[in-house]
Amino acid sequence: MRLQLVKAAEHGSVVNWPLDQPLSEWSIEGMQKVAGLHRHVVRMVEGEISYVVKEIPDPLAEREWRLLRELAEAGLPTAEVVGVVTDRDDEADGLLITRHLDFSLPYRTLLSGRGLRIPYLGERMLDALAGLLVRLHLAGFFWGDCSLSNTLFRRDADALAAYIIDVETGERHDELSLGQRRLDLQIATENVLGGLLDLQMGGWLADGIDPVETALAIEQSYERLWQELTGVDEFNADETFRVDKRLRRLHDLGFDAAELELVTTVDGSRLRLVPRVVEHGFHAQRLRTLTGLEAGENQSRRLLNDISRYRAVLEQRGGRKVPESVAAARWLDERFERALAGIPPEMSSKLEPAELYHQVLEHRWFLSERAGGDVGLDETVASYVADVLANAPAEQLLVADDL
Amino acid sequence: MSTLRMNKLQKRYDNGFEAVPGLDLEIHDGEFLVLVGPSGCGKSTVLRMVAGLEDISGGELYIDEVVVNGMGPQQRDIAMVFQSYALYPNMTVADNIAFAMKLRKTDKAEMAAKVAEVADLLELTAVLDRKPGQLSGGQRQRVAMGRAIVRNPKLFLMDEPLSNLDAKLRVQTRAEISKLQRRLGVTTMYVTHDQIEAMTMGDRVAVLRRGVLMQCASPADLYESPDNLFVAQFIGSPSMNVVRGSVSSADGDDIVLNIGVQKITLSGEAAGRLQGLRSYDGRDIAIGIRSEALGGDGTAILEVGVDLVEMLGSELLVHCTVEAPSVRAIDTGVEISDDRESSIVASLDPRNGVKVGDRVALTVDTMRMHAFDLETGAAIGRQ
Repeated sequence: MRLQLVKAAEHGSVVNWPLDQPLSEWSIEGMQKVAGLHRHVVRMVEGEISYVVKEIPDPLAEREWRLLRELAEAGLPTAEVVGVVTDRDDEADGLLITRHLDFSLPYRTLLSGRGLRIPYLGERMLDALAGLLVRLHLAGFFWGDCSLSNTLFRRDADALAAYIIDVETGERHDELSLGQRRLDLQIATENVLGGLLDLQMGGWLADGIDPVETALAIEQSYERLWQELTGVDEFNADETFRVDKRLRRLHDLGFDAAELELVTTVDGSRLRLVPRVVEHGFHAQRLRTLTGLEAGENQSRRLLNDISRYRAVLEQRGGRKVPESVAAARWLDERFERALAGIPPEMSSKLEPAELYHQVLEHRWFLSERAGGDVGLDETVASYVADVLANAPAEQLLVADDL
Repeated sequence: MSTLRMNKLQKRYDNGFEAVPGLDLEIHDGEFLVLVGPSGCGKSTVLRMVAGLEDISGGELYIDEVVVNGMGPQQRDIAMVFQSYALYPNMTVADNIAFAMKLRKTDKAEMAAKVAEVADLLELTAVLDRKPGQLSGGQRQRVAMGRAIVRNPKLFLMDEPLSNLDAKLRVQTRAEISKLQRRLGVTTMYVTHDQIEAMTMGDRVAVLRRGVLMQCASPADLYESPDNLFVAQFIGSPSMNVVRGSVSSADGDDIVLNIGVQKITLSGEAAGRLQGLRSYDGRDIAIGIRSEALGGDGTAILEVGVDLVEMLGSELLVHCTVEAPSVRAIDTGVEISDDRESSIVASLDPRNGVKVGDRVALTVDTMRMHAFDLETGAAIGRQ
């Protein structure tokens, strides 16, 4: 038997598992079945750090281990791979161990319309899935089996962020051909339809979701984003402000342009702009630099806006300019930490810190609208805890069967 | 029903790498053709060009004698089978087969008729109202296949579809696919690196090396009459034993071959099969003998030392040393070992009492011997 483990100090408990036994026969503390469609035996091991273990043939385990690491290195949203076990006795299949994605929401939970109404995000799911597919395709990754059950979702302010968790059929290329992208999209559309119909027939699909229309909407969402990210702009030679405009649009979508190619047309009167887009995470990177906080792209955008607003308040109060880094440090202490400190410890792990703060901001807007004037942070937090968070399920380790 | 034809089909990447220099291959109506070769031989690239997933750099690709080079995957009316074979547990067999038709807004009556037709073909009529959890493994595989068949595609393309199954399920599914393909008669191109899969499933098998077609023939022909050393050693398990030898006398009726200091005489029909050796008189060649052509019926004798005996139940695999260097096909041609001895494998009757350390005389079935040119690797036959 051969075990390859990353961050061995962090994941040392893995070596105590009965790695030589068939996964279906394991009996260790925290073992759970994982809901969803699986071709192989899959189990979750719940603990201080929770893991997902999948039993698959050695070559596939090795391949998936390599691909998941490559995707992570490319900054793509994926399950964090922890280890791989191969060469087990009696020609037993190998094991792939990934870290459970904390605060992830299975699609069954999101689309059932039950339980998670803070806010209900089912309709954002398909945008997130299409966005993930675009990001993978930009990185030259052909998924081959894009489906709801091969994806996990996390709250990201008012949107969702999608994570690829199963790459058994994936292939990494320098870049994808149009045919590869179209096939991947076709597979995604069919798989999503299958997933939605299955939920519907099992009585799990929220009312008002049309499986066919929803599945077909993925293609539109994908094409719109792909065009926005890779489309070529052409404009007059004296309209170079359009370059800045395009860059802003890319940043708004969370992407950045590693390179811009400006080509003058033959007669010199027009410019053609070809962006070379790089990975998502523009706002998340900025937030990390300013505050050290880890957050999703939309959460980061929201928090950065709040930092900007707080900076304006500080400048107004002090009557002088405040550097962004100083404002961010004070915001972290006086706003972010203060808000989270108002949440009772037993509820603080229901959502990620950045999501909690985003929801507090949303709640404050709602309270202020109703009151016809600004409501203070402490009052908002107290109201949010009592009216929203107290009734919400804990999402750190949520499985569909909890509902 | 459809045909597929490649005329000098070429794939060259931007960095200049030529994955497929110019492939000529035809798949007949209803035929199951397996494309096989080692990793990196270009087989998946060919399949992806056929599927419309890779741009074609040169040559023409015909489906039903229509050039499809510029068509996208959907326009080619091809089904990539088993790209996803997940069945939905809350849906009936009928729904699992039919649901993708809803995306094409197919009307209900037509859907029902197609499902009934496919179910009949797949022998699933009796279980159409059941859920996947109530089906046997074989039935589940057939339902998955039904999803592809219901579209009525012109061609099935399968790219290593069994690679993510465990060994037992792989064997079951292999048989299931072969049986279904024959029943359905859909023209099929199947890609695998596994020569056993290729030999057990294909009507014909096309062996590729570095994008070049080495031979395309029925499994039996590939095994018994390989065109070259690469095919001879790639096809078959254990691999064909190939050692350096020479032709010492080819001017009479008989042809005498030397393996080390030992001589093997080919007479009558055995000499007729390898007439081409007459032009190699006095020269070195590669001599190939499959494991089952040793130790059974045969007129010639090869003395060897026994190194290892493996009892497999139905046969005894005996690993022996023979005093002649081994020869193998490599990417750039043919490689002759520097060692004066090589290991060969004989497949003997399991009741044979041979032991490690024995010096034994193995009979050689000269009707099943092969000879190859040492420079080109080409088979030497009746020419």
